[in-house]
Amino acid sequence: MSDDRIFSATRRRFLTSAAAVSFVTIASQAYAQTISGALPWHAFAGDPPQPMLSGWYFFKPDEARALEAIVDRLIPADDLSVGGKDAGCAIFIDRQMAGSYGDSSRLYTKGPFMPGLPTQGYQGEATPAMRYRAGLAAIDAHLRKAMNNRGFAQLKADVQDQFLKDLEAGKVDLGKVNGKAFFNLVLQNTMEGFFADPIYGGNRGMASWKMIGFPGARYDYRDHVAKHNQPYPHGPISIGGSPEWSRKG
Amino acid sequence: MARKLPAKDVVIVGLGWTGAILAHELTEAGLDVVAIERGPWRDTATDFNIGYVSDELRYAVRRDLFLQPRQETFTMRNASSQTALPMRDFGSFLPGTGVGGAGVHWNGHTWRFYPSDFNLKSHVTERYGAARIADLQIQDWGVSYDEMESAYDRFEYLCGISGKAGNINGTIQAGGNPFEGPRKRDYPLPPMEMTYAPTMFAEAARSLGYHPFPTPSANLSKAYVNPLGIAMGQCTMCGFCERFGCANYSKSSAQTTVLPVLMRKSNFEARVNCEVLHVNLDAAGKMAKGVTYIDVNGEEWEQPAEMVLLCAYGLHNARLMMLSKIGQIYDPQSGEGTVGRNYAYQTNAGIRMFFDDKNFNPFVAAGALGQTMDDFNGDNVDHGPLDFIGGAGVNCIPTNGRPIGNRPVPPGTPRWGSAWKKATKDNYLGSFGFSSQGSSYAARGNYLDLDPTYKDRFGRPLMRMTFDFPDNDIRMSHWVSDRMEEIAKALKPKQYVSARRNKSWNSVPYQSTHNTGGAIMGADPKTSAVNKFLQSWDVPNVFVIGASAFPQNAGKNPTGTVGALAFWAADAIRNQYMRNPGPLVQA
Repeated sequence: MSDDRIFSATRRRFLTSAAAVSFVTIASQAYAQTISGALPWHAFAGDPPQPMLSGWYFFKPDEARALEAIVDRLIPADDLSVGGKDAGCAIFIDRQMAGSYGDSSRLYTKGPFMPGLPTQGYQGEATPAMRYRAGLAAIDAHLRKAMNNRGFAQLKADVQDQFLKDLEAGKVDLGKVNGKAFFNLVLQNTMEGFFADPIYGGNRGMASWKMIGFPGARYDYRDHVAKHNQPYPHGPISIGGSPEWSRKG
Repeated sequence: MARKLPAKDVVIVGLGWTGAILAHELTEAGLDVVAIERGPWRDTATDFNIGYVSDELRYAVRRDLFLQPRQETFTMRNASSQTALPMRDFGSFLPGTGVGGAGVHWNGHTWRFYPSDFNLKSHVTERYGAARIADLQIQDWGVSYDEMESAYDRFEYLCGISGKAGNINGTIQAGGNPFEGPRKRDYPLPPMEMTYAPTMFAEAARSLGYHPFPTPSANLSKAYVNPLGIAMGQCTMCGFCERFGCANYSKSSAQTTVLPVLMRKSNFEARVNCEVLHVNLDAAGKMAKGVTYIDVNGEEWEQPAEMVLLCAYGLHNARLMMLSKIGQIYDPQSGEGTVGRNYAYQTNAGIRMFFDDKNFNPFVAAGALGQTMDDFNGDNVDHGPLDFIGGAGVNCIPTNGRPIGNRPVPPGTPRWGSAWKKATKDNYLGSFGFSSQGSSYAARGNYLDLDPTYKDRFGRPLMRMTFDFPDNDIRMSHWVSDRMEEIAKALKPKQYVSARRNKSWNSVPYQSTHNTGGAIMGADPKTSAVNKFLQSWDVPNVFVIGASAFPQNAGKNPTGTVGALAFWAADAIRNQYMRNPGPLVQA
């Protein structure tokens, strides 16, 4: 094969991949096919977020029930907002576990795995999805033993809160699971869900944005920049739009 | 076995800021140029689309536009007595990838370094004596501010930087930075319109006798047409800037200032999703023959070229030199070897204040919209009575109000439950912060080399970072934090919280993507990897352009100096190297 023919083959490949990222519906597939066997993840596709289907993607029914109860204590319903369950925080975490966050497919996961210094960050082998599966099971086993065969969702709110406080403080022995680290993971993901755009399943009705006064996915504040110390007059909008945009009645 | 492609005049590794500028300059000079970029092609309308770009989770938290550790990461440790382990996720710094590089998702603070930054070792030695820097390994750059002035000017006009000059040809200008080195003319655009928090900060700083001024910004205050004829729009202050691509053509990047012209040239080609594995040298190791890269199908290609320009992120430039055996890797024991020498970072600290009855609308923001005071930066303060050298810019630049990452609550607030929720609501609008961005001075034990254990996906060693903040820099940062607390008190908040810089460097919380050094410039091939024109001392048809060339880091964001170095190196290639290829400086 002459150099010129090889060259044009490379060039064609470049043109194909450059075109692929601008066709949103096929970009992910085209890119994934191209990278198969080399890079097992789907970053960088220039595609809009996909609408979600109903149901649970990752969690089993018992896990989902427990997680909904947990997020509802981390973010309790009160006069400021709905609770974490109704805000969709558990649904959010479910979708995250089913994607590239849950399986750590963007991260460096080669061994050897060795315990590190605090400054070296997480060095465990378990992905977030594996940690949820093990963590929720360990909490359930612990509580059923200590609480007369009741799981987290069956406990009263004040008992749930005390358990979560103990978990946060590292006072609960969950065997092989580091309870404090698992609590921190759940808390982090719950807050992500509560404050992220509603397109990811949490922050339903933009509840958190309305609560704090964040206008969301707005694009142009030029008419407000000079209005120092004055409240912004408009409510939030999501990437998915605003309920006010829909025709009423 | 790599298949060989037809030769080019120039192969550029990486198509970010420096790659785009060099490609433009050298294609203008008539050379046939190919840029090889390991990430994807990206452009404003397709990839930073206004319909979905305002997505904090996707871009700021999951970091869709960034280099993923799966593709390449680094190992790190704080001292050579420790075992380095891989950063399995990035945290402290976030390298870019793809066309435009980290210039896609930067904030846009666009600085010149001070004249005394360029001859730092000579300057400090002369003013304070050699004993003051005995624990450090600071060096002169081999180039002066005066030599760099026109290169800075060209980068600022390419970008449409919005700011106010403080010193034009030696005459101090009201409203600008009175400490800056002399510039030939003002910025191309006036400063951005100020939000409330930086306005308050500037008033407090002035009341204490300091000299705040608008931060020079690559978020444009007005519509602009740059010298290449490319048009940009006025920034709308949407608050989705750093970690995001700009949907509005308002943030300077390769996409918004160079590529629309560059991509139309018949003597330029970009190959994306192609990762350069190494530079190929001749048998004697004295000349580069081109590069070998691997495409997304896993096929290897050899691209011969007369010149190789390393224009990747600075850390990746250093690693590519190590993997290609260009120069000798630095050994901290003997002090010999130059590649990996003088890795430096940034020494930052912050203060956050909480107010009653104030509304700062934190979401009305842009990446570089704010105020800076440089009274404590560089050598602007007399270090004679102090126990450190270096300094920090003090910046009040509230970049966003995105609530996953930005919902401050006073210390002592529970992390969850109703009390947490009430504190979150009560403080979201009524809090702001400011920060110090401090110099990071090179030390003998802070360096880069190849890791003995961990490999990338092609089986090549990861680069190993050995770094901790030098004592000098910690003392500097605490002294500046003391001054910042005085400013915070002048602002009369109900409460303030000082986040001070302490050892050891932690790779987890985000601090700064201002990694410098590893392939530093200088006048002596024993202590620098490249000469004053960024040409490798060892392989003269290789130039290495980026913050990898900084002998140490200043208390400033690096991109302005990186862009200026790109023009500086391009001039050297066009005006000297092309006429007479070979070493531009005799060792």
